[in-house]
Amino acid sequence: MAKQSSNRATQVIEAVGSFLRRCIGSILSAGPIPKHIAFIMDGNRRYAKKQNLEEGAGHRFGYSTLMNMLKYCYELDVKYVTIYAFSIENFKRRPEEVQSTMQLIQEKIEGLIEKESIVNRYGVRVHFIGNLKLLSKPVQLAAERAMNATWHNSKAVLSICIAYTSTDEIVNAVEESCKEKQKGNEKLLDEIGEGPLIDVADVEKHMYMAVAPDPDIIIRTSGETRLSNFLLWQSARSLLYSPGVLWPEIGFWHLVRAVLDFQKNYAYTEKKSKES
Amino acid sequence: MFLRWLEATILDFGDEMHKVYMWIWSSGDLGLRLLWHILHLILSTWYFIIGLMGSVESFLISSGLFKRYRDLDISKVQYLAVAIDSDEALQTLKVLELLRWLEAIGLRKVCLYDTAGVLKKSKEALTLLLKNERMSSETASDPLVEEKCLSLEVISFSDGKQAVAKAADVLLKKHYLSSNTEKPKLTESDMTDALGAIGYREPDPDLMLIYGPARCHMGFPAWRIRYTEILHMGPLKSMKIGALIKAIHRYTMVHQNYGT
Repeated sequence: MAKQSSNRATQVIEAVGSFLRRCIGSILSAGPIPKHIAFIMDGNRRYAKKQNLEEGAGHRFGYSTLMNMLKYCYELDVKYVTIYAFSIENFKRRPEEVQSTMQLIQEKIEGLIEKESIVNRYGVRVHFIGNLKLLSKPVQLAAERAMNATWHNSKAVLSICIAYTSTDEIVNAVEESCKEKQKGNEKLLDEIGEGPLIDVADVEKHMYMAVAPDPDIIIRTSGETRLSNFLLWQSARSLLYSPGVLWPEIGFWHLVRAVLDFQKNYAYTEKKSKES
Repeated sequence: MFLRWLEATILDFGDEMHKVYMWIWSSGDLGLRLLWHILHLILSTWYFIIGLMGSVESFLISSGLFKRYRDLDISKVQYLAVAIDSDEALQTLKVLELLRWLEAIGLRKVCLYDTAGVLKKSKEALTLLLKNERMSSETASDPLVEEKCLSLEVISFSDGKQAVAKAADVLLKKHYLSSNTEKPKLTESDMTDALGAIGYREPDPDLMLIYGPARCHMGFPAWRIRYTEILHMGPLKSMKIGALIKAIHRYTMVHQNYGT
């Protein structure tokens, strides 16, 4: 009986929260809304330490926060969201930590393709971005299943960067451009001449992140001010926002603040985009 | 006759209802716009207050009041990048003043960046003016004059993505279009070597200070800012030495674990 009434209370609070968010969302929509927001989800381990939780629990809290932030973004009509889930550098962590993070990632990827999941509710197409060959076979297969299950969704896009670094992405794009030029060119070097064969557009079309436009805002939690090898190529015009909270503590108001900052600087970033 | 009157009345009523509906809709729209402006006014007021507090703090820092800012460990900043909005970079005297401050703080290697290449055009003038100032303030026989010189690298947007494309071209011709049939798996060090071969050998900056309206790196070469701390200093015209010292001090306190 008590459980029923507390469930009902939670539902009422959730409904009120959702209504308030829609009101704020309507006000924000009077100005330009960013098309693409990227998140560096920093601070899960520090959160676990701060709350005296067991190791790995911080990432689970981080996952629920991620689901909430995705919901807020899609409610605000942000069409593309990108998240930095696992860097190639993170493989250097202790093997037990890497193993437990990979298990959590696999579990959550499988959760994504369930009927009631957020990706189906908002019509989100999922991409896995990175050097997926570095992942274990079960995680690779789960990622492939999720991409296949959501490829027909067209309302929004979620790009999950896993086994990703920007420099690895650039090297891969350069390699693919070279292979493409080699296929199309039967002549050898001494017959071609000195002129350049590869330009910026050739490299850009082979980037893993070619599935989305450049991000308008990159949000990194924990107050850290570096990009840590994330979307370095794509962030020339991105507004960088570093709130001091740890990732599991981020909420709707931080997103509102980021969008307001974006709107404040919109005329400037548009002007600079047209000039370049 | 009556039916015609009824029809006309209903149509007039329908028109009036439509007008009221459009008025509510546009007022609602106006109401939302008003609330939007109020939200932005609150944010701008907040930034104004933060700016005022920042100015007071900068003044106190530059008067040497805080011990921690007097004992700055400048050796931690091996290479500093300063990215300036191209329109603001036209204020050459302001850029010169900034370089003077950086030299006075003890920095020796600085990279200046702006998107359009404005700073490349002023590089010669800046270097000459800095050298002249140094010559006039130091004695000619001072052996430490050369050591205190600021080494200046000046780059622009074309040294970013286009440089990578040129390096890709080098790799294509070296490995893929040569008569050598073995095609390697390209690595990051191949890329670094190719960039070095076309003249890009400078190290990655530890810290980047952005002078402009927004915290945005404006296309600074992607290959060089993997772990660079990026701080926004505001517009160049309102730059303060106290804020500069605070930014460098903040950098010296950061601990990076590089993903591990």
